[in-house]
Amino acid sequence: MSDQTSVKAVPSRMERFWDSDLWWSFKSHKSAVGAAIVLLLVIITAFLAPVLSPQNPYDLAALELWNAELPPIWMEGGQMPFLLGTDVQGRDILSGILYGTRISIIIGIASVAVSLVVGIGLGLMAGYYGGWIDNVLMRIGDVLLSIPIVLVAILVSSVAQQFLPPAFREVGVAAVLVLAIAMYSWVQYARVVRAQTMVERRKEYVMASRLVGTPARRLMLKHILPNTLTPIFVAATLNFGLAILIEATLSFLGVGMPPNQPSLGTLIRVGNQYLFSGSWWIVLFPSIQLCILVVAVNMLGDWLRDALNPKLR
Amino acid sequence: MLAFIIKRLANAVFVMLSVTFLAFVIFRFVGDPVDQMLNEQATQEQRDDLRERLGLDKPFLVQFTSFVGRAATGDFGISFRNQRDVLDMIAERFPATFELVLVATFISLIVGVPMGVITAIKRQSWYAETMQFTSIIGISLPSFVVGIGLILVFSVWLGWFPAFGRGDTVDLGWWTTGLLSSSGRMSIVLPALSLSLFQITLVMRLVRAEMLEVLRSDFIKFARARGIPARSIHFRHALRNCLMPVVTMTAMQIGGLIAFALVTETVFQWPGMGLLFIQAVTFVDVPIMAAYLCIVALIFVVLNAIVDMTYAVIDPRLRGAEK
Repeated sequence: MSDQTSVKAVPSRMERFWDSDLWWSFKSHKSAVGAAIVLLLVIITAFLAPVLSPQNPYDLAALELWNAELPPIWMEGGQMPFLLGTDVQGRDILSGILYGTRISIIIGIASVAVSLVVGIGLGLMAGYYGGWIDNVLMRIGDVLLSIPIVLVAILVSSVAQQFLPPAFREVGVAAVLVLAIAMYSWVQYARVVRAQTMVERRKEYVMASRLVGTPARRLMLKHILPNTLTPIFVAATLNFGLAILIEATLSFLGVGMPPNQPSLGTLIRVGNQYLFSGSWWIVLFPSIQLCILVVAVNMLGDWLRDALNPKLR
Repeated sequence: MLAFIIKRLANAVFVMLSVTFLAFVIFRFVGDPVDQMLNEQATQEQRDDLRERLGLDKPFLVQFTSFVGRAATGDFGISFRNQRDVLDMIAERFPATFELVLVATFISLIVGVPMGVITAIKRQSWYAETMQFTSIIGISLPSFVVGIGLILVFSVWLGWFPAFGRGDTVDLGWWTTGLLSSSGRMSIVLPALSLSLFQITLVMRLVRAEMLEVLRSDFIKFARARGIPARSIHFRHALRNCLMPVVTMTAMQIGGLIAFALVTETVFQWPGMGLLFIQAVTFVDVPIMAAYLCIVALIFVVLNAIVDMTYAVIDPRLRGAEK
């Protein structure tokens, strides 16, 4: 569609979206709208953390020990600006949560992106070429799916961290986590894309395109891939929630993000130590934020799965 | 049929070999075993001697084969930290994990099945919708957060249940159980509940989906037409037809639960295999890590293979399917 010559009758991409079944379905599902709003809020506040939070939780100079273990503002002894109280080092819980959410979200997005690229690429190749490529890739996938996911992620993450040179540790830990999570989830995308590619490959439009001499790479990416995207989209949304969960679990177990760059899981791990000392807010608020985030993502994913499922129309 | 079984077994063996390979790579390349086992004053001679005794001077493939051979007989070596036989240490911890998983599975069936039935037959009612909605939340809640929440409410605030440990155990000679003492029973409540929450939602959703399917079928319509009471239709006829997939899924999930129990065990300081593993990870006690990986994968793979083969026996259509 060229912009200059297009007649009014041809709706723009955006207009088509507002008019689509998907948007209509979204509007009529209260839980989906609610989840989307909550998710947007969480993401925006997380990325505006440096502006919004009353304190930079990484700046050790900003921490004052006499502010340690203050309860939330509505309880006796609570102080401004520490709305949700402080931890044992005098770090503001709310600021910690905002920064931690940002780390959790970034790792979640990165691991979904990595596994999408790897999974789609390998799935297309396996489905298009078949033969030994297909066999080898699917066998590897089988093996990965035959081992419990948490276990693999823990092992990969803890072992890889042993090998990180100290200078590289800051960025490295996050990268290792992303890989540990992506290592498992690419299989799902690869399987979906492979199955769909095997169906599409035999269709006439692919045959025709092949006859005119379209290179295999272009054929896969431009012609076959768009037809496999719908289920991938749903899987990616649900996997985003799963990735955040796994990252939080690993951090909670002590093989994820270190305490000087805490994700939500790390905050919960640290706070867990003060569960019995009466400072329940250190662990409770990060836990609630993690739950809100994952529940919102999963509710959106759930709605998307139903909305895009042709059987349920 | 025989071909299917052989294929399935070959697949299981292949998976186990790959897992063993992974365990071996960790075992061999994370830290130098010689450094870990000798103190700093050891002479070069002692080092070479130990290296030779451990077979570390041999080619990679030879080392791997002997590792597989020893693993197959249950010999995973000696823990770097405790200087004890690794398999003994894991065997000691196994009953704790197994009891936890068993109780959690039991809870998930007792709670999940009726909830699934109710959400299926009273689809439009407010309580069915509430249950359906909470099940999304139940699936999303991280298990360690649930555990912490349970501790906070029931141990710290209400003081009803102990927050950590296994209570008193009774030694049966080959098995130590916590289910025979009252403190043991009290201790298992919270961990089992937190482990089963995800399972409950899974069972509930599966039962609901199956029930909806079955309720649409002709024999149910016929039963209705005959005037059989709704209660009897739902529980005697429909539910019975849903239980097969529930049972197989439960069996398959046990392997996953045993692995996943390590998170719950960490939260509740439950002295099972998972806690042993996490401690081993913290101290880089590689033999325990490798052994745990192999043992859990073995349980997982064996259960899956058994379920698959049972399916093939029951449903002949699966035998011809590829793979």
